[in-house]
Amino acid sequence: MAKIKSFAELKKIKEQVQTRVELREKGENINDLIQIKVAMATCGIASGAREIMNYMIDELASEGVDNVVITQTGCMGYCYAEPTIEVTIPGKESVIYGDVTEAKALEIIQKHIVNGEMVDGIIPATHKTIE
Amino acid sequence: MSDIKLTIDGKVVSVPMGSTVLEAARKVDVHIPTLCHLDLHDTKMVNQAASCRICVVEIDGRRNLAPSCATPALDGMVIKTNTIRVLDARKTVLELLLSDHPKECLTCAKSGECELQGLAESFGVREINITGKAQSTYRKDVTTSLIRDMDKCVMCRRCETMCNKVQTVGALSAINRGFEAVVSAAFDLPMGETVCTHCGQCVAVCPTGALTENDATWKVVEALADPEKVVVVQTAPAVRVAIGEEFGQDPGTTVTGQMVTALRNLGFDHVFDTDFAADLTILEEGTELLQRLGKFLAGEKEALPILTSCCPAWVNFIESQFPELIHIPSTAKSPQQMFGSIAKSYYADILDIPREKMVVVSIMPCLAKKYEASREEFAVNGNSDVDLVLSTRELANLIQRSNMNLMDLEKSEFDQPMGASTGAAVIFGTTGGVIEAAVRTAYEVHTGKELPKIDFEELRGFEGVRVAGVDMDGFMLNIGIAHGLGNARALLEEVRDGNPRNIHAIEVMACPGGCIGGAGQPFHHGDGSILKKRQSAIYQVDREMPIRKSHENPAITELYEKYLGKPCGHLSHQLLHTEYAVKDKV
Amino acid sequence: MANYNTHVLVCGGTGCISAESDLIIENIEKQLVEEGMADSVQVLKTGCFGFCEKGPIVKILPDNTFYVQVTPDDATELVKEHIVKGRKVERLLFTDPETKEKVSDSKNMDFYKKQLRIALRNCGIIDPDKIEDYIARDGYSALGKVLTEMTQDELIDIMKASGLRGRGGGGFPTGLKWNFAKGYASDQKYVICNADEGDPGAFMDRSILEGDPHSIVEAMAINGYAIGATIGKVYIRAEYPLAIKRLEKAIDDAREYGLLGEDIMGTGFNFDIDLTYGAGAFVCGEETALIHSMEGERGEPTTKPPFPAESGYWGKPTNVNNVETFANVPVIILKGADWFASIGSEKSKGTKVFALAGKINNVGLIEVPMGTTLREVIYDIGGGIKDGKKFKSVQTGGPSGGCLTAKDLDTPIDYDNLIAKGSMMGSGGMIVMDEDDCMVSVAKFYLQFTEEESCGKCTPCRVGTKRLSELLELITEGKGEMKHLDELKHLSRVIKDTALCGLGQTAPNPVLSTMEAFADEYLAHIKDGKCPAGQCKNLLEYKVLEDKCIGCTACARVCPVNCISGEVKKLHVIDQSACIKCGACMDKCKFDAIIKQ
Repeated sequence: MAKIKSFAELKKIKEQVQTRVELREKGENINDLIQIKVAMATCGIASGAREIMNYMIDELASEGVDNVVITQTGCMGYCYAEPTIEVTIPGKESVIYGDVTEAKALEIIQKHIVNGEMVDGIIPATHKTIE
Repeated sequence: MSDIKLTIDGKVVSVPMGSTVLEAARKVDVHIPTLCHLDLHDTKMVNQAASCRICVVEIDGRRNLAPSCATPALDGMVIKTNTIRVLDARKTVLELLLSDHPKECLTCAKSGECELQGLAESFGVREINITGKAQSTYRKDVTTSLIRDMDKCVMCRRCETMCNKVQTVGALSAINRGFEAVVSAAFDLPMGETVCTHCGQCVAVCPTGALTENDATWKVVEALADPEKVVVVQTAPAVRVAIGEEFGQDPGTTVTGQMVTALRNLGFDHVFDTDFAADLTILEEGTELLQRLGKFLAGEKEALPILTSCCPAWVNFIESQFPELIHIPSTAKSPQQMFGSIAKSYYADILDIPREKMVVVSIMPCLAKKYEASREEFAVNGNSDVDLVLSTRELANLIQRSNMNLMDLEKSEFDQPMGASTGAAVIFGTTGGVIEAAVRTAYEVHTGKELPKIDFEELRGFEGVRVAGVDMDGFMLNIGIAHGLGNARALLEEVRDGNPRNIHAIEVMACPGGCIGGAGQPFHHGDGSILKKRQSAIYQVDREMPIRKSHENPAITELYEKYLGKPCGHLSHQLLHTEYAVKDKV
Repeated sequence: MANYNTHVLVCGGTGCISAESDLIIENIEKQLVEEGMADSVQVLKTGCFGFCEKGPIVKILPDNTFYVQVTPDDATELVKEHIVKGRKVERLLFTDPETKEKVSDSKNMDFYKKQLRIALRNCGIIDPDKIEDYIARDGYSALGKVLTEMTQDELIDIMKASGLRGRGGGGFPTGLKWNFAKGYASDQKYVICNADEGDPGAFMDRSILEGDPHSIVEAMAINGYAIGATIGKVYIRAEYPLAIKRLEKAIDDAREYGLLGEDIMGTGFNFDIDLTYGAGAFVCGEETALIHSMEGERGEPTTKPPFPAESGYWGKPTNVNNVETFANVPVIILKGADWFASIGSEKSKGTKVFALAGKINNVGLIEVPMGTTLREVIYDIGGGIKDGKKFKSVQTGGPSGGCLTAKDLDTPIDYDNLIAKGSMMGSGGMIVMDEDDCMVSVAKFYLQFTEEESCGKCTPCRVGTKRLSELLELITEGKGEMKHLDELKHLSRVIKDTALCGLGQTAPNPVLSTMEAFADEYLAHIKDGKCPAGQCKNLLEYKVLEDKCIGCTACARVCPVNCISGEVKKLHVIDQSACIKCGACMDKCKFDAIIKQ
C-alpha cells in the first residue's frame, strides 16, 4: 500500500472501499430500505435464481440505486414460476414477481424500484411471512 | 522570581514563586508538623513524597485538605493550619500510623531520636483509638553495617530518595502494595546481596527505628572485659567535632581531649588516632600520585586520573557501578585499615604480642567502615586487622552507659606512637580534605620547595562537585572533588566519557559533606547547618595543629625508618595497599 | 474482489472468543466452501456486540439476523438453512423474556432499543483488523479534516463546545484538558491513552480496542495535533493480549497508509504511537501513577499540581485521556460539536458505555445517552433482575463509587447526579444487586479491593482502608459494636479528606453510601446479630422445622461435620456450636424442612 499523500486521496480511497461495509450499514437500517428477496431453494437455483440475484446486484450498483437490499430466501412455494423474487417497499405490501429473466429484472429495477410503478409478471401472493 | 502573597492563620506572608505552603508557613513561624518531609538544602535532597499526610492544612476553596509540604503556595491563598478539621485529621492519620507500628519504644534503638515518637508526644496521644492488625511479617535484615526492621517503616520514602536520587545507588525501592507495601531491596533480597554501598545515609535520614546501625557496643564491652586481650582504639577525625552534640554541645564543638579521656576510662589499653594513619595514607597515596603523575608526564596518559580510596562506601560504589574504571583508584588502603594493619604488625611487635591477642576497635563517623573492616582481604589467617567498629553515636551511648558525662572529663592526649598526627590528617574528615592533605605533601615532594600557603581555599566548600587547579610549580594539577555518591557518579561519568576538563586527581566521599556527614554521626534531623559547623571545626583544628603536613609527622618518619622502608616500598605494598574487584550485583 | 452478497459477522471479543467463536468462524467457512458459496459470503470477525450474556453472537447481513449462544456445531445448520435456503434458524434466535417470542432483528430487542452507540459505533460492524473497513466508515476523515481545515484553537473549541467529559472516572472536560496541555510550551509533548482499565467488571475500553482500534489511533493523532505533540503512547494492560494485538496491527496499518508517521496526509504533521504495557494495577488508572509506571518507576501517584498538562511523561506537557473518551473524538469532529452536545443531559453530553453485571438478566456492554434513567438501563436494557428477585441496589463507579437504591431508579444517569447521590460515574461499571445481597458485605468487598489495590504510599489509604475493611469484617462476623459505626464514619471522613489521590479519596464511598442507604442492615448485623440477606455466615443459623422434618436422616448423612443428630423418623437437630454453615443439609432436604435465618 502506498502512503496516502493527501486528504483528497483518503476520500478517494474511502469511495473505493465504501462497498465493503455498505451491506452491513444497510443491514443496520434494513426496515427503511427496499428489500428484494430472491427465492433460492433447489428449484429456484435450478431455474437460474443465483444468476438473477447477481445480475440485480450488479445492475443496482450500475444504476446507482443504494436503498435496496437483496437477500436470498428459501422456497416461497411458487415453484411453477421460478425464479421468483419478492419486492418490499417500506410501508407497502410485498409484491412477488415470477419467471424473472434478466430483462424482467431490469424492468423491475427501473420501474418498480426507482419509480414505484408495478410491472407485469406479478403473481398472486398466497403466503404471509411471520417474522 | 516574583513574590506572591498568601495568608496563613491570619498572618500575611510573602514568598518567592515556587515556594511550598510549608515553607511559607515556616517563614511566619507557623510550625506545621511533618514526618515524611525532609529538605536537605545543601545536598539538594528534597523528600517530597507527601505520603504521611501529617502536614495537611485547610486551604479556602479546596475540597479536601492539602499536604503543605508539597502544595505550591499561590497568590491569594488563605490557609488555616490549626482548625478542628485539620487537627482531627492529623491526629487520626498519626493514630493510623501508630496502629501499624510496633509499640516497642522501650527497646527501640531509635527511642528518643524517633520522629514518630516525637509526634505522638506532641499530639498528646495517650491511647490509640484505632486498632487492627499490625504489620509484623517482615524479617529483620541484618548486614555488617545496618539493620532493617521494616515493621517500623512508615513509608516516608526518605531512604529511597536518599539512596536513589541523592546517592544514585538504587538499592532501595518500595515493594508490595497496599498494607503490605514497604521499602526494600529489589526482589526483597537481603541488603548484603545488593548494590548497597553501606554508606548508611538511609539510616541517617530514617525518622524511625526502621533503619539503624548494627550496634557493636556490647562486643566492645566484652573485649574490654577480657583480661587476655590488649584492646587498641583509633578515632576518626570527624568524630571529635561531632560527638559533643550527643552531650548537649553546640554543633561544631571540638572535644578531642575529653573523648580520649573517656576512651581511656572505658578501659582501652591504648588510645590512638586514625589521624596517624591518615598521614600514613598521604605518604602512600601521595607517592602513588607522584609516580603516576611521572608516568603521565612521560606520555602514559592513562596513568591519571587517580582517585582517592579512603571512603569504603565509595570503593563499594565503584566496584559495583563503574567496572570500567576499576583500575583508577589509588591502591592505598583507607586510614582505618592502614591503622589496623600497622597496629597488628608494627605495634604488636613493639608490644611483643601475637596479633591474635590484640583487639583493634575503630570509632568512626561511618557505617560503611563496619563493612570495610569485615572484608576478607583485610585479615591475616582470618584475623581481621580491625576487629570492631563503633559509630560516633554508639561511642556516645557507651560513654553515657558508663556513667560519664563527656563534658565533665579532663582533656588528655592520645598515646604514642600511633597517636601522633598533623593538621593534614584531621581535614580528612571533610569533603576536600583528603585531596588538600595530599596536595600539601605532593607539592613539596614534587617541587622540593616549601608551600607558600598551606590553606588551599580553592579546594574547600560545600558544592557537590568542585574542580580546581593547583599550581605544582609550573604544572597545573587539575583536581576534582565530589561528595555524595550522586555527585561522584556525575564526575566519574565525565571522566569516563572523555575527561574534558583534564582532571588529574579526584577525591570522593560518599556522604554529603564528607565524613562529618557520615551515617554514624549524631542525627542532624534535616538541619544542614550542623554539617557546616562541623566542617568549620575541622578546619579550626587543622589551623591549631603545630604540624600541618603529613610528611612532617615524626612518628610516620620513624615508622618508615624503623619498619616500612620507603613509601610504596615492598612492605608498604604488602601491608598498606589493596586491590579492587568488580562486583556484579543488583 | 469477490462479489459478496452476504456478510456473516462473528463476535471476536474476548468473551466470545473464549466461547470458541474462532471455531465457529472456521466451521462456517468450511461449510461455505462445501456449498460453493465462499465467493459470495464473507465471514468477518468483529468487535464485541455488547450482549455478552448471550454470546457468542453471530449476525448475518443484510437481513440483519441476530443469532445468540451459537456453538461451533451450529455452523453447518446456519449455512445450510439460513445462507443457502434463506430460512432463519429459529432455535438460535433471541427469545424475548417478556413475550417469549423469537426476535431476529437486534433492532427490535429491548437490549438494543434504548442504546445509542457512539463510542461503540464500529464494534460489531467492522473487522477491526481491516483498516479499509474503518476508512469505509469515515475513518481518518476526522483527522484529515482537522489537519487540513482547522487550527489548534478551532479544534480545541469544538472539543470544548461538544461538552465531552473524561470517561475514565473523573469527568473532567476534555477540551479544557487539551487546552491546558496546549498552553505549556515545550520541545516535546506527549499524548497518552489510558488503557489500563482497572475497575472490577468494567471492560468497555478493552472492547473498543478490540473492536475499533483505529478510532483510538485516529483520536490520539487528533489530540496530538491539538496540543502540539508528536508522540503518542498507549498504556495498556498486559492482560489484554487481543486488544494489544489488534491495536498493534492498527498502528502498523495506519503507518503503512501514511496515517501515522511523518508528514501525515501531506500536511507536514508528524505523529506516531507505541505501546507500554501495564500490569493492571488499579491505581495506575490515576494519571500521575500511570505516568510513573510508564517511566519505569513504581506506579504511584504524586501530588497534583503539577498536573501532567504541565509536567507529565518525562517532565513534559502530557495529555492523558482514556480509551472511551478518545473513541468519541473522531465522531465529534465529523458530526460537529452541536450534534454531540444535543445528546445527553445538561452538563453531561453524549453517551456512556456501561458494563452491566450482577443479578441482571442481560449482562453485557451497553451504551446509552447520558440522562437515561437507571430504570431504563436495568429493566429495559438489562431485562430486569434475574430469577424475578427484588431489586435492591445498583453499584456504580466501581470501588470508588457508591450504591444507589430503588428510590434512585428514576434518576437520570449523569456525572453530577451520581455524585449528588453519593456515587460516581467511574469508568462505567454497573453492578446490580438483589435482595440476596448483603450490603455490609458489598462494602467489605470493595474495601478489600481498594485495600489490596492501594499503592501503599499515603497513610490514610495504606492503613486507613485496611482499618475500614477490618471494621466491616467485624460487623459481618457478628462482632460489631455500635461504636464501630461511628469509627467507620469518622475514619471514612478523614480518609476522604487526607488521601493523596483519587483512589484513596473515594475509597470510603462504598462504606458511606451503604451506611446511608442501608443503615438498618448495619444495625441488624450489630444489634440483632442477623444478616437480613442471609449472606454473613457467622450470623446465620440453619434450623430444622419441627413440622416438616420426617426424620429421613438425609441431612445427617450429608453433614460434613456430623453436627446433625436425630433418630430415624424423628425430628433432627443441628448442633449450632459445631455447624460450619455450609448449607449442604438444606440443599439435601427434600421436604423444605431446613431453613436458614
